[in-house]
Formats: sequence, C-alpha cells, structure tokens
Amino acid sequence: MEQTFFQTEALSVGYQDTAVLKDIALSIRPGEIVSLIGPNGAGKTTLLKSLTRQLPPLAGAVYLDGRDVQAISLPQLARAVSVLLTERIRPELMTCWDVVAAGRYPYTGKFGVLGERDREVMARVMDQVRITDLAHRYFSQCSDGQKQRVLLARALCQEPRLLVLDEPTAYLDLRYKLQILDLIQNLARARNMAVLLSIHEVDLAAKVSHRVACLQGTEVRRFGPPEEVLTPGYIQALYAIDGGTYDDRTGSLELAPAVGAPQVFVLCGGGTGAPVFRRLQREGIPFAAGVLWENDLDYPVAKALAAEVVSLPAFGMWIEEAARRARALIDASGRTLSTLPMEQMTGQAAPLRALLTYAGEQGKWEGPHGL
Amino acid sequence: MKRYRAAYLILAILLLALLALNLCVGSVSLPLSQVWAILRGQDPGAGADILLRIRLPRAVAAAVLGGGLALSGYLLQTFFHNPIAGPYILGVSSGAKLTVALLLVFAVGQPWARSSWAMIAAACAGALAAMGFVLLLSRAVDRMSVLIVGGVMIGYICSAVTDFVVTFAQDADIVNLHNWSRGSFSGIGWENVKVMSLVVGLTLLGTFLLSKPIGAFQMGEGYAKSMGLNVRAFGAVLVIFSSILSACVTAFAGPISFVGVAVPHLVKSLFRTAKPILLVPACFLGGASFCLLCDLLARSLFAPTELGISTVTAVFGAPVVLWILVRRKREGVA
Repeated sequence: MEQTFFQTEALSVGYQDTAVLKDIALSIRPGEIVSLIGPNGAGKTTLLKSLTRQLPPLAGAVYLDGRDVQAISLPQLARAVSVLLTERIRPELMTCWDVVAAGRYPYTGKFGVLGERDREVMARVMDQVRITDLAHRYFSQCSDGQKQRVLLARALCQEPRLLVLDEPTAYLDLRYKLQILDLIQNLARARNMAVLLSIHEVDLAAKVSHRVACLQGTEVRRFGPPEEVLTPGYIQALYAIDGGTYDDRTGSLELAPAVGAPQVFVLCGGGTGAPVFRRLQREGIPFAAGVLWENDLDYPVAKALAAEVVSLPAFGMWIEEAARRARALIDASGRTLSTLPMEQMTGQAAPLRALLTYAGEQGKWEGPHGL
Repeated sequence: MKRYRAAYLILAILLLALLALNLCVGSVSLPLSQVWAILRGQDPGAGADILLRIRLPRAVAAAVLGGGLALSGYLLQTFFHNPIAGPYILGVSSGAKLTVALLLVFAVGQPWARSSWAMIAAACAGALAAMGFVLLLSRAVDRMSVLIVGGVMIGYICSAVTDFVVTFAQDADIVNLHNWSRGSFSGIGWENVKVMSLVVGLTLLGTFLLSKPIGAFQMGEGYAKSMGLNVRAFGAVLVIFSSILSACVTAFAGPISFVGVAVPHLVKSLFRTAKPILLVPACFLGGASFCLLCDLLARSLFAPTELGISTVTAVFGAPVVLWILVRRKREGVA
C-alpha cells in the first residue's frame, strides 16, 4: 500500500476549552477505508469536523501531504477533501442536479457556470451512484435513501482524494445501507480514494473498513484492522452494553434473558432454535437449551438468552455427562420443545434422539406439534 | 431555460406597464402619448412639470427602493435559512427608522442633517444595530420562530422610541416626519433619486457578483465551508449588504412592510429554482414592480387622501407570508 497522505499528530479536538478527544494519532492511506466507531457522544462528529477544518483543533495538527491543514487555503483543501455531513439540508427549490452541481464549486469560475468538464464529471458520478434519473427531481421530494446518494454524488463531484462521511448509513434501510457501502468500497478501489467514515453499525464497520478507530472516553483507544482490534467482548465493553449482549461472531444483538429457573427445555441445533429462544424471551419464560456443539449457529443465541446451555466442545465427541445434565434439566422444567425433527437427529447428533424419547416418556414432550 | 426566459419577460413587461401607469395616473391624468412626448422633450406644458418634477422621480424611487427592499429580504432569507426573514419583520427597518428620526429631530437646525448621505448613514447605523441584536438572539436560540418573534419585538421597541421622540419634538418638520415614519414615496426629489440609485445599484451589482457563494451558502454552513467558502466573512457581507439596502429604503421612504418577505417568495414561485444568479436580478425587478403597484394604489385609491405605503404592501404581502407558513407546514419542514 502507498504512503500515508493524511494524518493527525497529537491532535486534541473539542469545543472552547473542553477537549472531547485528546492525543489522536490517526493516518489514512490512499484507497483505504477507515471507520470511526464508538458510543453516542464519543466525539465522532467532532473529530470529523476538526479533520476537515470545520472546527479548529485545540492542540496538535492535521496534515495533508505533510502540510498543516490550517495553512492550506479553503478552496485548495476543497479540491482534496470533501464531506457528507449529518446536518440535514433542505434546500428550497433545488433539483438533485443543482445539489450535485454544488460539488463542482471549487472548480468553476467567478459565476459558477458549469463547463464541459464539470458536466462530464457530474454525469459520470451520477451514473456511478445511480441517480441519473433523479436529475430533474426536487431534492426535497426525494426519499432519504435518494437524498443520501445525491449528497454522496455531490461529495464525489469535488473529486476528492479523501472522502469524509459522517454516518453515511444513518436513516437508510438495509438495502440502501448495503448499496452505499458497496459504492464506497468500489469507489475507494477504482479511484484509489481514501475514505474516512463514522458509523454506528459495528458489524458493517468490521466488514467494509481496512482499519477501525475505536473512540472511548477521551481517546482513540484502539486503531487497526478490525480482525485485530475487535477482539471478543471488546464491542460489548466499548459500548458499555448492559441490557443485553452483542455477539462478535455474528454481529447480532440480543435482549436481556428472562430470569429464573428454566421452565422449558429446548432441544435444538443448526440455527433452528434461535427463533424459539427469542419467542420465549419475549414471553418472559426462562428456559434451558441443549445439547449444542459450541460451533452451532444456535449456540451464541442460546448463550445470550438461555438460563443454562448444555454444550459440547466444537466438533467434539458426545459426552455422557452432557446427556445426564440434559435429562436433569428435562426433569426440572415443565416441558420440552424440540426444534429438530426426529429424522434429522442422525450421525453425531443421534444421541439427541434418545433425549427426546426420554422427554416423551416423562410426559414432558408433546410431539412435534407442541412447538 | 424556457421557463426562466418567460419569467424574465413577464417581470420586464410588468415593470414597464406599471411604470407607465404610475406616470399617467394621478390628480391630473396624463395620456400615454403625452407622457411620451414630455419624456422626449416635445411638450413643455404644465403636464411636463408634474411629470418631471413629481411623478417621474417618485416612480423611479419606488422602483429602485422596492427592488432594493426585495433584495434585502432575499439576502436575509439566505443568511438565516429562513423563508420569512425580512428587514421589516426582523426589526432592521425599525432600527433604521429610529436613528433617522433621532437625526431629524436632534440635528434639526443643521443643513447637513437633511442631506441624503447623512440620512443613509444614520439609517445604516440603526439598521446594523438592530441587526446586531437579531444576530445575538439567533446565536442564543437557533429556532425559526424565536428569531421572528425576537425581530418583531426589536421592531416594536424601536418604533416605540421613535414615537416617543417624534411626540416630544416641537417643529414644523413634524408633519413631514410623521408622514415619513408611516412610510411613503411622496416628496422624493431628483437629488435623493441619484443617491439612492447609486447606493442600491452598487449593492445590487455586488450581490450579483456574489451569486456563486450565495448558492454554496444555501447548502448550509457545513457544506459551504467544505466547498471552500469562508462562511464567517461571507455571512458578514450578506448582513451588511442587506442592512445597507433596507437602510437606504428607510432613509428615503420610511419603513415599508412585507416587500422583503413576499417578493422573493413570489419570484421563487415564478422561477421554481433557487439559483441566485437568476433570482438576484429577478428579485430586484419583482420588488420594483411590487412597489410601483402598491404606490399607485396608495395614492390613487382614495385620492386626494394618500394611504401609507405599508398599508398597501401589508394587504398584498401579509397573505403571502401566511401562504408560506401554511405551505411549509403542509410539507412538514417548518
């Protein structure tokens, strides 16, 4: 990868004399996507504003190509860095074309009249972002997803080397979230453009970013590739999650489990159990689950929601101790549910069949219709 | 593009027609052919005196000041990102009125005090002072409604002080002063017209040259700055330009209500765009026509009694403001 061209040195940012973040050392290379993550109020927006000269730094400096950003003229900086902000604009009577054209501001002449090259750039960008058909629509009449893409096109028309995006996925539905991140990834690759974004979807951050910066307290606590930085349990700690759990492997959030002794035992596996666990949690019924191998899809959800999980090591052999514990839980709870049909309990999972039969004999299992 | 050309054509025709009407209609009615003859210097009769000494300067003043007022409103709306901002609503006109009244009452003996330049200078001081208060308010509370209510309050305070000053001033000028403080284009001579044309003309030119940054500013301050605009300096220029314009109007014609809010909105509805390069000249033309119409009605409806100009502009302008509020509420952006 090429040399860093944008970096901070001992940067402190904040308002008046109150530093929100101190001693920040971030760097970005061309073509690299860097995400800022951290709880609400951690200073993501403040940091982005300081990096783009919207806010003066309290101490330290931001460098572009080795030059202090404060020493670069605003028009010159505008040709290197462009932004997508969270501030929601509602320009009156401006078409999407007009909004995108605003991105050519640093390149047009005294009266802002668009030249041939400006139009070329706009047409190309609008095609890439897939908003060509919106050109004549008023911006205020667009959906949130369309607005976000129009504003992204505006930023791209500035032909930046660094694109700064403050929560580009906010207000967007799943499809547009993916679409916009996909676009960003392609653009970063195709143009060798650096991208710095703040984002709340930690799972998506881990997927799209080359490096993530975790903002916690008054500092950037960790900065590096997501696979190194986002160690198990770290996100839970970073966001101080207490009323539930975040699973690092699946990026899935679960609500807090129902408390009390298990009233139901759920025989499950292969991801069939999760919807039932969640239904029991909604109904406030404490339950136990098993027998699960630790590499089963149901395992993390069971860990998060069940009062007790009977488990076996990943890929491990059947252990009689697990069967004994499962039988004890079947005895202790009022009824047993099975999310696996009897005929699927084969091979390594064959011993589950015996457990289900046991539950039936005890009058705890009402058959496959009992679900 | 077609729409813009048609809109300009409409504005130009409107302006010319109203100008002609203003010259023809009055206590002595002059037919258009006679007006044309006088303007070409071919009819030196009694009508020439009326036209050249009274009606023509008055009509030009109404056009220039009306245009300036509309432009002043447009600049304030841009600056505050608020469609119902205007020099009258925000108290800027009243601030100018107060300082001009002070000048006229307390410097009554001085010949320089009645000069156009002294009036403009005094009005500017008042306009900027009122603007300063509005800015302080907008810093403290960033809400559209608070800004407007605050501006109206500032306007009331300034008007109250003006009334107080006028009430206790004992002078023959009082009648004049009273008329002026209600707003009127009457009694404007050529010397005044020259000065106001110069001031408004230069400011109009300056504003037009700023079309590009005004466009960036419309995107919001964050984006404007990221595009390379020095937002603070530019905002100051906007405020100063709009204050100069409304001060100039107030100095010569007193405070005039609603033109600054209504005209830019009507013009935007006509053009259906926000491009400043089109709207700046259009607002000027629209404001000129609007004030010519209002002045025509003010002096001819109940002739020989003349209505205050604000009486007429309010009748036409206030409904437009209500329309803006209702429309914005419906679109859910207010």
